Amino acid sequence: MTEPRKPAPVTPVLTKTWLSPRSWTLDTYTKLEGYTALPKALKASPEQLVQLVKDSGLRGRGGAGFPAGVKWSFMPPNEDKPHYLVINADEGEPGTCKDIPLMMADPHSLIEGCVIASYAMRAHHCFIYVRGEALHCIRRLNAAVREAYQAGYLGKNILDSGFDLDIVVHPGAGAYICGEETALLDSLEGRRGQPRLKPPFPAAAGLYAAPTTVNNVETIASVPFIVNGGSDWFREMGTEKSPGPKIYSISGHVEKPGQYEAPLGTTLRDLLELAGGMKDGIPLKFWTPGGSSTPMFTAEHLDVPLDFEGAAEAGSMLGTTAVQVFNETVSVPWAVMKWTQFYKHESCGKCTPCREGTYWLTQILERMVAGNGTEADIDTLLDVCDNVLGRSFCALGDGAVSPITSGIQYFRDEFLALCDKQKAAPALAGAQA
Amino acid sequence: MTDVFDTQTHERAEAIIARYPQARSALLPMLHLVQSVQGFVSQAGIAFCAQKLDLSTAEVSAVATFYTMYKRKPCGEHLVSVCTNTLCAALGGDAIYTRLKEHLGSDTPDGKPLGHEETVGTPGESGSVTLEHAECLAACDLGPVLQVNYEYYDNLTEDKAVELVDALRAGDKPAPTRGAPLRDFKTAELELAGFFPEDEETYRSTVDAPTAAEETVRGARMAADNGWTAPAMPAKVAMPEVQKK
Ligand SMILES: Cc1cc2nc3c(=O)[nH]c(=O)nc-3n(C[C@H](O)[C@H](O)[C@H](O)COP(=O)(O)O)c2cc1C
Ligand code: SF4
Ligand code: FES
Repeated sequence: MTEPRKPAPVTPVLTKTWLSPRSWTLDTYTKLEGYTALPKALKASPEQLVQLVKDSGLRGRGGAGFPAGVKWSFMPPNEDKPHYLVINADEGEPGTCKDIPLMMADPHSLIEGCVIASYAMRAHHCFIYVRGEALHCIRRLNAAVREAYQAGYLGKNILDSGFDLDIVVHPGAGAYICGEETALLDSLEGRRGQPRLKPPFPAAAGLYAAPTTVNNVETIASVPFIVNGGSDWFREMGTEKSPGPKIYSISGHVEKPGQYEAPLGTTLRDLLELAGGMKDGIPLKFWTPGGSSTPMFTAEHLDVPLDFEGAAEAGSMLGTTAVQVFNETVSVPWAVMKWTQFYKHESCGKCTPCREGTYWLTQILERMVAGNGTEADIDTLLDVCDNVLGRSFCALGDGAVSPITSGIQYFRDEFLALCDKQKAAPALAGAQA
Repeated sequence: MTDVFDTQTHERAEAIIARYPQARSALLPMLHLVQSVQGFVSQAGIAFCAQKLDLSTAEVSAVATFYTMYKRKPCGEHLVSVCTNTLCAALGGDAIYTRLKEHLGSDTPDGKPLGHEETVGTPGESGSVTLEHAECLAACDLGPVLQVNYEYYDNLTEDKAVELVDALRAGDKPAPTRGAPLRDFKTAELELAGFFPEDEETYRSTVDAPTAAEETVRGARMAADNGWTAPAMPAKVAMPEVQKK
């Protein structure tokens, strides 16, 4: 047997066409082998497609990493009620900036994925719930949907297969919580976006109480490539339990921030090399592996493999692979305060631990950053976090405490220094805010 | 009372409802439609949605007040949203927001810094600008960023941001870094409701407006320059065998 080949440091699959002129048009997409997976998929059975996606090991790209094929298999085989596919394009987790560039650059790969996934789950209606602030994405998606209807990739009897599908691009209206899948469904039903009790899970009772699957943009956009390349091909990238390529979004204090699609399991050390290193050579202080809801890492974690298992073993989560990099000039308590203000603003108010907890956490952090804190505040913070974590109705509450607990874990001294006005600490950006 | 919403708006509302299996799903886009007419969600707008969807005005209000994009006071010709979430803030977003508050505020009768969602100039008149701070706008690799009417202006500095709002105040419409040629807040809301320019040429010019920021394509370009690719796909791929149900 030959040695398994080691993939290149950057493996463009989803991002491959982004360099092509007018990559968002049907013309360009079809010239670059777009819509070649769809006819193959429509010739297969829905069960075969679900099995293929299971075999590929594709895991949800929206943060939680649930195996996509397994989720699809929860949809009932009958059609007693209409089935729905809902695409989560609400991208709002701080640091996350991959779905919006994807939909701007290549809306058709998402649409082709939607048709294949809908066919596999016997859905005839698909909604793409796009964050309202992403107006240009909405524009591009609408144009792409229009083109796809004209070309017969959407509508009745798609490519003579007898399969019908309608896609509606739905605008959100500014609420981070609507990225949570059940809040999203309530919002899509024209209500306040507040999470629902689970079970029932969406596959049993989702949109309009009918069987529904919610998947992230990047998850579904990967599907046409899996149909064309097969599960073994997909597994040539990434790790055993976290296969495939992933768009890592690198932002902050690096020389070349941007979108880098690399095999899952790539480390920050590798990513920093791609991104030209730390900006102006100022050393790394802390970073998030996948958005602000994933506990922060430090320079100690440069070699943690950024896949679902690696990030978890090191005490964080892979999240959305939103790698936000902060250098030594940034105050950790200040950054934590800013993120906490975000969670307080976005808490939907449905449950007490999160609604009240984020309020008090913000108050304490603001006081500390203003230089009026005491050592006891650190314990109070941890205490409140303890009352929010695992006791909130949805994962927003859990995410809200991540920056605080991890910030104190790695940078307690910096919180302590804030409590001692006498100690003239070097001015860190934001510390006086 | 005369209806503030013309026949076309009524027709558009019906068209939105027709997109969905259940009418109530039309509420969010319909509130965007209301803002495209009035620049905010007025009581009349709430009544309009309630009547179309057979809901009570209380039900519609409860929804309208939940979402930050629905404004309770008339917006200026332009809405400027500055990202002040942590990453942008650390790169200068907080400073940009503070500077714009002061700069735009100096143009108001009392000269005080503008507050969140406050307006300089008269809504409905050219050059009026509403300022707000925004949460992460999903453009962190391009930070610090702001949006005008939800079109992106990337990699800003304080000075560039001041120059931009000065141009808006003077009635100019500088092109966004990513997004369609700038129009006004109401037009943006109309597009959010799903109504785009009817004239094909104008329509394509909005859809095709630039987006490929260097940051967005950096990984792809680096791969192309270095000859890095994903593994080649096999020539033929068989679908997995499954038991027939
Ligand atoms: C507060 C909160 C916000 C979320 N925001 C998003 C989002 O913007 N996009 C997304 O795809 N998933 C988001 N999620 C995760 C979704 O609930 C869900 O897991 C995901 O859409 C499932 O798709 P996937 O399996 O393809 O990842 C969020 C979760 C929470 C708790
Ligand atoms: S945890 Fe927060 S966001 Fe989630 S339901 Fe409770 S209050 Fe709402
Ligand atoms: S933090 Fe400003 S766009 Fe993400």
